Amino acid sequence: MIGHLTLILTCQLIGEVITGLLALPVPGPVLGMVVMFVGLLVRGGVPDGLGQAADGLLKAMSLLFVPAGTGVMLHFQLLGQALLPLGAALVVSTLATIAVTALLMLWLGKEQADG
Amino acid sequence: MDNLQDTWVYLSASPLFHLTLTLIAFQAANWLFEKAGRNPLLNPVLGAVLLVVAVLVATGTDYATYFQGAQFVHFLLGPATVALAIPLYRQWYRVRQSALAIGVSLLTGSLTAAITAVLVAWLLGGTTEMLASIAPKSVTAPVAMAISEELGGLPSLTAVLVIVTGIFGAMFGPPLLNLMGVRDWRARGLAIGTASHGIGTARALQVNETAGAFSGLAMGLNALATALMLPILWGIFF
Repeated sequence: MIGHLTLILTCQLIGEVITGLLALPVPGPVLGMVVMFVGLLVRGGVPDGLGQAADGLLKAMSLLFVPAGTGVMLHFQLLGQALLPLGAALVVSTLATIAVTALLMLWLGKEQADG
Repeated sequence: MDNLQDTWVYLSASPLFHLTLTLIAFQAANWLFEKAGRNPLLNPVLGAVLLVVAVLVATGTDYATYFQGAQFVHFLLGPATVALAIPLYRQWYRVRQSALAIGVSLLTGSLTAAITAVLVAWLLGGTTEMLASIAPKSVTAPVAMAISEELGGLPSLTAVLVIVTGIFGAMFGPPLLNLMGVRDWRARGLAIGTASHGIGTARALQVNETAGAFSGLAMGLNALATALMLPILWGIFF
């Protein structure tokens, strides 16, 4: 368990160092995901314990957004002032993005599976 | 009474209280979510945030004090993002099969997210600063904040819009996809991850591993695509 957590944190650290040194436009943890992924490809499989540690973390992923979400309280005033433009933009854009992406993926993905 | 007062003063300054508050609020919100048959409209992140904000407002606690306790939970977002490599690896054969479809859908979705957000906010009289702040709202928070700053927005406002977008997408994405008759887990995951980053991915992972893997992939790729494309696009119009 400790070993696998160490491995996950090490990947994150490598990701942070690379994005920092090269000033890349991706956050360290996302690059850490790439590092971990390449490692798994090279190794050719997920070690049992690592899979369990990862599944444990990912099951709790919703919880991890609560502290950042609570930060909304810092901006009640600003949000209240611009509720209409920001709220409408957020709602329309999020729904449009989901619809466009899903339909395109469904359509193109099917074409490939058939061909 | 003095003891009660002393205990509160001690606890309100220690990380234990706000860390425990975060966990209890989430357990309560998650219990409600499970009781309602995992109805996406009862999103546990939203429920927990509302509970925590209510307690903080009632006790007159500021966010910085709260965060001293909550940071231990917040920190785990990094390792959890790294851990997304595991479902992605397990689903890699599916990703490879539809690499072209993923690329085209993701780029189109990424552009849709930024362009429609800016367009609607502009039509409704949003200031340039607001437009810059909402443009990267579908991207995972650290990248979105950096993009917002580059475009001349307010990074802290962007952080809030990112979180609200994530919660909104996790709540209304699944019913919208049901309404549209999209049953393909790859398409569902890719759409949720592109529009609502990690919060959408957390939701997708609970439902189906394929959807979770595609959502996590979309989150990472959208961060990269938006960071590269949006500043160029913005330069043309503003």
